[in-house]
Amino acid sequence: MADIAFLLLIFFLVTTTMDVDTGLVRKLPAMPENEEEIIDDSQIKAKNIYVVLVNAKDQLLVEEESMDVAQLREGAKKFLDNWGKNPNLSDNPQIAIISLQNDRGTSYEMYIKVQNELSAAYRELRDREAQKKFGVNYMELKGANKKEIRKMYPEKISEAEPKNVGGN
Amino acid sequence: MSRFKKKKESGTPAISTASLPDIVFMLLFFFMVTTVMRETTLLVENTLPQASEVKKIEDKSLCSYIYVGAPVSGMKTKFGTEARIQLNDSFRRATDIQEFVASKREATAEEKKSQLITCIKADVDAKMGLITDIKQELRKAKAYKINYATYSSVD
Repeated sequence: MADIAFLLLIFFLVTTTMDVDTGLVRKLPAMPENEEEIIDDSQIKAKNIYVVLVNAKDQLLVEEESMDVAQLREGAKKFLDNWGKNPNLSDNPQIAIISLQNDRGTSYEMYIKVQNELSAAYRELRDREAQKKFGVNYMELKGANKKEIRKMYPEKISEAEPKNVGGN
Repeated sequence: MSRFKKKKESGTPAISTASLPDIVFMLLFFFMVTTVMRETTLLVENTLPQASEVKKIEDKSLCSYIYVGAPVSGMKTKFGTEARIQLNDSFRRATDIQEFVASKREATAEEKKSQLITCIKADVDAKMGLITDIKQELRKAKAYKINYATYSSVD
């Protein structure tokens, strides 16, 4: 009896795969139908756009200054949570946009790191607001409360139409 | 002289194995229940990146998987060392993605079509050029919901 059970056990042990089902969820923008639909950047004030560039060597250029990935979260938080105090940063988080552009030669690992840090910046701001208002973290909120916080800090990460600058 | 002799202490008694089948069966059932048979054989190297802000996919049946990475060692002589796209069980080009998404959409029930999600399982060493191509194709195919598969890490 135990032998048969052992045999089956080993079979399932070998065939089993713990599949990864976690990941960063994103929504792609619709394809622009014609030239006119491409949103003109100039309509948005430059100070409300946080420009993040990643080059083919995985180096970051944030608002025209080079930066380490480790500092990106703090930088993004500072930009989003400015409320018009610093004239070079955003007016308020509702209209602030993070613009991310990468090169074709950027590694996927770096891209995910950057995406993760930007998400983390939003999450931390939402958590802080949720703690202040409801005493719990953002993810634990439900329904209207969650919507309220999300409206306060909408995750606006825009990816530019791809360009090939550094070559492959 | 007493009628009842004291039992002799002969070292440590052997551990009873009577409960062994029970334990084995318990493990067996655990693995039988949790096991997921892999639907596709991986033809590409697939070390996923780490991220902390991850979400879990609730319904895996709504997922269509796109694997990206360099061909595994056995395939290198035939397919080279550059990162490739794998759909189902074979290497494909980015232009095949629209068809791939369409077939998945056809196989899904009408009320669930809006919830379909595309999982990009790309290797850490893949270049963004290929990922960008995939994203462009997905936009053309109107499959806007995507998920970059990552391991979750705590920071």
